[in-house]
Formats: sequence, C-alpha cells, structure tokens
Amino acid sequence: MSARRIDIAVTVNGEAVHETVEARTTLVDFLREDLGLTGSHVGCEHGVCGACTVRVDGVVVRGCLTLAAQCDGARVETIEGVSDSGEIADLQDAFHKRNALQCGYCTPGMLLTAQELLKNGGTPSRAAIRQHLSGNYCRCTGYHAIVDAVEAVARARGKA
Amino acid sequence: MKPAVFAYAKARSLDHAIELLGQHDGQARVLAGGQSLIATLNMRLDSPDLVVDINGIPGLDGIARRNGQVEIGALVRHAAAERSDLIKRQLPLIAQAMPHIGHPAIRNRGTIGGSVALADPAAELPACLLALGGEVEIAGARGRRMVRADDFFKGLFDTALGPGDVLTAIRLPAATSETRTGFAEFCRRHGDYAIVGLAASARAEGRSLHDVRLAFFGVGATPVRARQAEAGLANGTVDAAVAGLAEDLDPPDDVQASGVVKKQLAAVLLRRVAAQLMEQRS
Repeated sequence: MSARRIDIAVTVNGEAVHETVEARTTLVDFLREDLGLTGSHVGCEHGVCGACTVRVDGVVVRGCLTLAAQCDGARVETIEGVSDSGEIADLQDAFHKRNALQCGYCTPGMLLTAQELLKNGGTPSRAAIRQHLSGNYCRCTGYHAIVDAVEAVARARGKA
Repeated sequence: MKPAVFAYAKARSLDHAIELLGQHDGQARVLAGGQSLIATLNMRLDSPDLVVDINGIPGLDGIARRNGQVEIGALVRHAAAERSDLIKRQLPLIAQAMPHIGHPAIRNRGTIGGSVALADPAAELPACLLALGGEVEIAGARGRRMVRADDFFKGLFDTALGPGDVLTAIRLPAATSETRTGFAEFCRRHGDYAIVGLAASARAEGRSLHDVRLAFFGVGATPVRARQAEAGLANGTVDAAVAGLAEDLDPPDDVQASGVVKKQLAAVLLRRVAAQLMEQRS
C-alpha cells in the first residue's frame, strides 16, 4: 500500500519508460540520474530558481517540487524533447542571436517557460513577459536580452 | 538538498487518505500540489515516515456555486482558479490575488487547499479566505466539519487541521452588487512571498462601507485582521483607519524587513486598498 520504492510508467519525450524509483526521488533527479537527460538543471532545489523546469501533461512545473513517483501515467517533456521536435527552434535561434544566455544554466527553464507564454498567442507586453518569467532566475544576462528574444518570437509568430 | 527517506502512498479515496494518516500518528503528510511540502522535505525541515498523495482522489477539484457561496475544491490548481470565469465573476478578490501567487510553474501545480492548509503567514490565499469571511471544510476520522476562517488560523503554520485531517474545500461568499474588494502587496520579486500584503472586502451602501474586513499578511504568525482600521474605514475616514494600525499590527522583524518598515508599508497598502474599496462601481 505504501512503499519506499515505487514502480512508475512514464512517457518521457514520447518514449515509454518503466522504472522503479525511490519515493523521495524528485522528477528532475529521475530525469538526470536515471534517464541521463541532463538538460534540466538542478539549482536551488526548493522551487525558487526555475532551472529544473520541465513540462508534465503539457504544462511547465518545477522538476524539484514534483516527485517522480507522482508522475506515474504522466507525459513528461524535457528540453531535449522540445528541442529535438523543433517546437522551439525559432525561440532558441532568437536566444542565440540576441545573446540571451551566457552560462546557459537557466536557459532550458527559460525556454520552456517562455514557450508556455508564447503558446497563448498574441504579442505579450514586455511587462507581461517579465512577469511570466519571474520564476526563472538568470544571473548572467540581466534579463533584457531574454525579454527581447521572447518579444521578437511573439511578433514573428504573430506574422507567420 | 535531497529529502530523507520516506514512503509514498497514493490515496484511492478520502477515507483511504484519512486511514493512512491515522496509521502514522502524526508522522504522515498530505501531498497535494507539493509546492511547499516538497521544498520543505528537500531542505529536510521535515522528515515524515509517509507522504500521502491525494491527487488521485476524485471529486476534490471542482469549482461550484452553492447557496450564495462559491466552493473551491482542495485540489483546484491555482492556474485553474486563475482561468475560472466563475471565480472572476463571483470572487473578485481571489481573481485579484491569483497573479501574485508564485510563478506560472508553481501555479500550474500548487493547489488552493494546499495553500490554505499550510497557512504560510506571508501567503495570499489564507488572507483572502480571512478577508472574505469564508469557511474551510475538513474531513477527518470523525467525519466532516466546517471551520470559519476567523477560527481556522491558530499560529505559525498551525491551523484547526489535526494530523489525521484532510482539508477538502474552502467556501467563500459569492460577490453581490454591493461587494467591494481590494488587494495589494509588496514583494521583492513578482510572485515571491509578500513582505507585507493586504486583502480586503466590504459591503457598500451608497457612499459608505460596511462589514469591512482587512486581512494583512506577512505581519505575524497568521494572517491578521486589523479591527481598528476596519472600524476607521467603516466610519469613512482613511486617516483614522491608518492610525488604527498602530494598535492592530505589531509585525516582528524578519529576513525581508524590520517590523518598523513592515508597519510603514502596511499603512501605504491600507491607503491603496481603501482607494480600491471606495472607487469600485458595480
């Protein structure tokens, strides 16, 4: 009924995964340590920095505040999956062009969080972009270039 | 950090959850959205024997109007509440507060019930519940009970919930044409816990306000009703209300600000929220 080790069946980036995890394993540690998907980063481990952002059942979540055991039956997408599918190729390109990253530690989380905003359509104001990204820390860029990149992609997608 | 070892159980029903909690004599924790619980476990501020996941329990994620109240199920995610037309129309205070609660990824996962059950003294929702004079529905080994918001918050992270209880819903009075609400907070970064915040509701009759309820957060161990300030606003004088805060609030220093700064900020918020209460036209 209750256990310290749990069997889970998860779809990760479209692939079915069956694993046994410790109950205390967070989703981001499961992805990194058990599946080798190291694009999701571990920062603060208490939900403040956003480096561990992944998508569960289509919405962004903190990978450090979700247990792998809770993801039984869930659809998980990481930066690797979203990158390989081409879903955010334009956003990645805009980040590159505008120097919206330096060390890159926050970038996977930034991209996934920005994509959630962009999927709503329209061109959000710079204030709305900043508000949406408020849960993702970047210690290098000062955010301006990130906001520039997200705004540029919103405009470009609006025209497409 | 990583959590200490614990066991995990997915509750099939409310009764199952209560049974599991009862078997562990205060050493089990309810896992809803996990946005505070898992952080607490990661930091090893808590190391329970068992985590009881209530996410699979059916029927706890509804938003519905009943008998002049809006009932929000414990498992309603902040993001769902934010998108709810019923909440926009009938609980304007909750709609005002929602964008201030955490960040998008937190709101996608965090639950209304979890926020109220945790009762962080700097959190928005407990103060909104208090400002609206709502009720909390609790299920435990001895059945279900309702607790008024004024009686629910007992102390720092301490509520009317016992170790074997599950918060199942909150009920808030639906807005009428006379309802006025106000909300404002100061925080260092949008979405962070407030340095000081204020949630307010009142009933307008012509130009005067009645049944004023002011719930400050970030100023003590629980959300705090500012009763002198409430009386001041009901008498129509914002200055008197602000003066009343001297008696109402005695915020302790914390990592964010000193008590003196918090008191000053509380006065600023009161003026802003009073303007919101008086300006609204239905």
